[in-house]
Amino acid sequence: MSVLSIVVFLPLVVACFLVAVRVPDTAARWIWCALSAAEVLLIAGMWLGRPADPSTSLDFEQRVGWISTVASSYHVGLDGLSWPLVALTVVVFASCSVYALNEGNRPRLHAALFCFLQTTCLGVFAAQDLLLFFVFFDLSIVGMYFAIAGWGHGQAARSALMFFLYTFLGSLALLVGFIGLYLAATPHTFDIVELSRTAPLQGSGSVGVLVLGAILLGLAVKTPTFPFHTWLPPAHTDAPAVGSAVLAGVLLKMGTYGFVRIAMPLLPDAWRDWAWVVLAVGIVSVLYGALVALAQTNLKRMIAYTSVNHMGYVVVAVGAAGVLTGSAEQARQVAIVGAVTQMVSHGLITAALFLLAGVVHERTGTYDMGSFGGLARPAPRYAALFAIAAFASLGLPGFSGFIAEFQVFTGAIATAPISALAVLGILITAALFLRALQRLLTGETVGRSVGFRDLGAVEMCAIGPLLILALAIGVLPAPLLDVITPTAGQLVDLVGR
Amino acid sequence: MTGSLSAAAGAAAAGSAVLGATGADWVLWALVLLPAVTGAGLGLVSLSGPAVRDDQPEDERPPAGQRWAPVVTVAVLGAECVLAGVAAAGRPRVSAAFLPFARFGLAVDGLAALILPAVVGIALLVMVFAAADVREARARFCALMLVFVAAVVMTVTATTLPTLLLAWEVMGAASFALIGFAWWQEHRVKAGVTAFVTTRLGDLGLYVAAGAAVAGGAGLDLGDLAAASSGWRHMVAAGILLAALGKAAQLPFSFWLSRAMVGPSPVSALLHSAAMVAMGGYLLLRVQPLLAVTGWAATTAAWCGAATAVLLGVVAVAQRDLKQLLAASTAAQLGFVVLGAGVGAVAGGAAQLVAHAAVKSLLFLAAGAWLSALGTKQLPALQGVARRWPVVGVCAGVAALALGGVVPLSLWATKDEVLAAALATSGWLYATGLLAAVLSAGYAGKVLVLVWRSATRDATDPEDTDPDATGPEAGFDTEQPGTRRIGWLETLPLIVLAVPAALLGVLALPPVRSGVDRLLGQPPAPAPGPVELLVSAVLAVVTVLGVVLLTTRGSGVPEPGWARNWLGLHRLALAGVVDPTDRLARVLARADDKVLARGVERVAALALQTATLLQRVDVDVLDAGVVRVAAGVRRLAGLARRPQTGLLHHYYIQAVAVLAAGAVLLVLVG
Repeated sequence: MSVLSIVVFLPLVVACFLVAVRVPDTAARWIWCALSAAEVLLIAGMWLGRPADPSTSLDFEQRVGWISTVASSYHVGLDGLSWPLVALTVVVFASCSVYALNEGNRPRLHAALFCFLQTTCLGVFAAQDLLLFFVFFDLSIVGMYFAIAGWGHGQAARSALMFFLYTFLGSLALLVGFIGLYLAATPHTFDIVELSRTAPLQGSGSVGVLVLGAILLGLAVKTPTFPFHTWLPPAHTDAPAVGSAVLAGVLLKMGTYGFVRIAMPLLPDAWRDWAWVVLAVGIVSVLYGALVALAQTNLKRMIAYTSVNHMGYVVVAVGAAGVLTGSAEQARQVAIVGAVTQMVSHGLITAALFLLAGVVHERTGTYDMGSFGGLARPAPRYAALFAIAAFASLGLPGFSGFIAEFQVFTGAIATAPISALAVLGILITAALFLRALQRLLTGETVGRSVGFRDLGAVEMCAIGPLLILALAIGVLPAPLLDVITPTAGQLVDLVGR
Repeated sequence: MTGSLSAAAGAAAAGSAVLGATGADWVLWALVLLPAVTGAGLGLVSLSGPAVRDDQPEDERPPAGQRWAPVVTVAVLGAECVLAGVAAAGRPRVSAAFLPFARFGLAVDGLAALILPAVVGIALLVMVFAAADVREARARFCALMLVFVAAVVMTVTATTLPTLLLAWEVMGAASFALIGFAWWQEHRVKAGVTAFVTTRLGDLGLYVAAGAAVAGGAGLDLGDLAAASSGWRHMVAAGILLAALGKAAQLPFSFWLSRAMVGPSPVSALLHSAAMVAMGGYLLLRVQPLLAVTGWAATTAAWCGAATAVLLGVVAVAQRDLKQLLAASTAAQLGFVVLGAGVGAVAGGAAQLVAHAAVKSLLFLAAGAWLSALGTKQLPALQGVARRWPVVGVCAGVAALALGGVVPLSLWATKDEVLAAALATSGWLYATGLLAAVLSAGYAGKVLVLVWRSATRDATDPEDTDPDATGPEAGFDTEQPGTRRIGWLETLPLIVLAVPAALLGVLALPPVRSGVDRLLGQPPAPAPGPVELLVSAVLAVVTVLGVVLLTTRGSGVPEPGWARNWLGLHRLALAGVVDPTDRLARVLARADDKVLARGVERVAALALQTATLLQRVDVDVLDAGVVRVAAGVRRLAGLARRPQTGLLHHYYIQAVAVLAAGAVLLVLVG
């Protein structure tokens, strides 16, 4: 049994234990913390111990028969695309587990649910079989449904249902596409590695385009891109803080990860046919997400719309990477490295922002930015962390967002100059984050800011490490980029077939 | 140095983390890391204490971290000065792995060797001043200033576009935080937002330029940009030009600098004169070969600089607020630097940049000292202030004369060197530049005469501190409570700065001039002839005298409203860009809720309706159909039961009928 499988299923085991055994609340909280710490340590050890040469084979690969009738196997393994996301997942969940030390609402079941979610998320990023990917993908939706419905606020039940139905529908489109790939392969298989080797629908014309269309639809809903994003704001607004952090930090990445793991390598020529559409959707998502966020007065809705904007950069990059006309291979590789970096960066920074928004709601019961002002006086630590997270999110150099966005822009503009439109996104996000910062933190201390309790040790320990990691990647990106770059190069070759 | 260069190049291929570790290379890392790390540390210190309040009583002893922060900062900047000197002499060059296609590269070349010591030295003097002038949240102030210094050092020495962009935007963020330093006053934070967003609009140019440079095959080394293939080269040049003009507060971006004046005076003295704003001009000097090779970019830069020098000169003349006047003059003076980059006068532009940095820092510090002491920066209220503190007054006077281009002070010569190159390019450009020089003399003269003019209040008792609308302190304390003191810590930096402010003109005069050319690796540029030097000297002196006469004998210099409002640029930006964007954002947000989200809900509702319809079909058609079929069968069964009467004769008749029918069938078929 591969150590990777242990990492994937250990949280599930703990989840089962927490459900089955009625441990005290405090113990449940700490068990989750200990588990997520163990997961971080395991992944850190595996990261350091991974083979040095970027060979084509997967790290920590394991493959055993599963559903033999449809040639689907339990096949997991890590490469330069999945490594960063698996690492991101354990970090975000660890941060949430610390934050949840303050959780008062059914903490045992809460911990169990998020342990279950962690298994599904790790499973998605480790899976090398389409069916396995799909199972984990759908189970994550189920888990998040219960997180929002069970621990949310406001119209939680309605938002949770909306989230579930919308993304579940998207996953069905995904399944149709997967079945299309399965049927086209000879011999029939769901194995991602084999499918990317053979690219069964290569040269099939409209069939490939249709299959990719179904997959793109599914991924676009999950990412989400314009115009399939409308489930996101209500889901976030009514989700609990840790739910939002996991949803934005990890679950959204399943959509963008699907582009680079499945859509691009398995359907290269169809991808090139769709590239301009993807690019256009990306640019629209970037600008639309930023503009709509600019008009928000609700803090959490604003952050939710910036997710549309930030994920838009990823879509721009993968779209541009499919545009082959007159572009250097290097530029397309840069775009993909930027896209993967952006997934990690957005995961860290937005998780931090959502936890910070959660603090506001827990203290005051509202997200309305107009109700605050001068928070920096009663809560200087909160103000400092919020300001750092805001600057990180608007892509200030020195933080991971810059590393990601600079590469996305450089690669995308070099391959498709129209992508230059997307740079306006970072101007609008700068304006909206600075305005939010000004409204919330500065000026006279008024409204709900009066008597606002500053961040406690638990909250600092939950949010601080996310921002420190964003800073570390921003200053010393090489350890991360060195992992992504070789695989990104292989992906460029696969798309160029 | 070539040895170290090739060592760096060789090691770059090897891909180790820190490269080319020859003699002085660690100095460059130290130059960046020392202020950055100290700044981060002080940032943590500022968070660890209790929140500093603006209403904190003066006599309350601040916590140790706050008290020691200025000392640590001055010590660090002192070390920076030494390091900068070593770096200027040793010309280190370092790089480290950063992005897969571009390294993090720093180097001190000739241009950097000239600028770096100046910037770091001014930073030190400014922080000595700030140690006395800034009394609240000192640790946070020092932290931000140190981070800013680290970013400036990186900007000056950056060799690749990503390195430059990193430093460039961190400067902008530090500027935001410093302008809005007194965050409890919202208008200051808003001014910071304006500054950051406006300069970031320019920064977008650098992102686009990076993409174009990669596409054009030039790579991301600043020195190689001119080698980009012809089409892309224009995009690279346009992007860099946009970024530089935004940062240097050139037209049409100048308004952000006006708003930035609500920041603390030491911030204006460093960021808005010597360092950040000047970096816009510096970048253009650095990429001058790229501007020249595209042609149009050089011309655009030259005219943009000249136009800013004239129009912002008019704006400066019209100001009544000292800091606003100085800000407008900063944009105007940097116009000469930008003009220099446009006409290929790299040495002249660099000399102008350095000399202006010293002059303007001094003036901003003097303005800050007066503001802290008297609580105002309004020129009418500052009348005669130079006589009250003569040392400060003399220093400021020297700087004002230098600013006005009065012979033999610094800016007279440096500006003329730029203008000589402009004359070689175009007579019109030269004439515009000369007009700008006259305007410089105009606003410099205005400051000079107002601060030195003996005020009527001289007759009254200077000990009298009772604020009175018509008394000797009329107009004092209108902006903040004044301390009525200027200490030695605030005076000392002014005295030190007065020396370079007076003398740096030698950079543009023989024999030093040719040395500067050699240092920068520039071919000898057209030198100003004696006639041109004389013309500009006479013009400056005549203008200053004219202003003195106008002010003392007449109504003062004209102050047209359009110029006082900075040409209405800010209102234009609000009406032309900000408001439409906000409107569009609101329309889209409403559409998102009312159309897109509602649309999805409508699809869901449609599904529900369809389900209801199907249910009705199920009940009314299918189920009812089944029931009807059953009823029919029952009816048939009823019919089928009817022959079973139990009467024999009925059965016989039935049997006969069936036989007869069978017979008929046989006959017919047979």
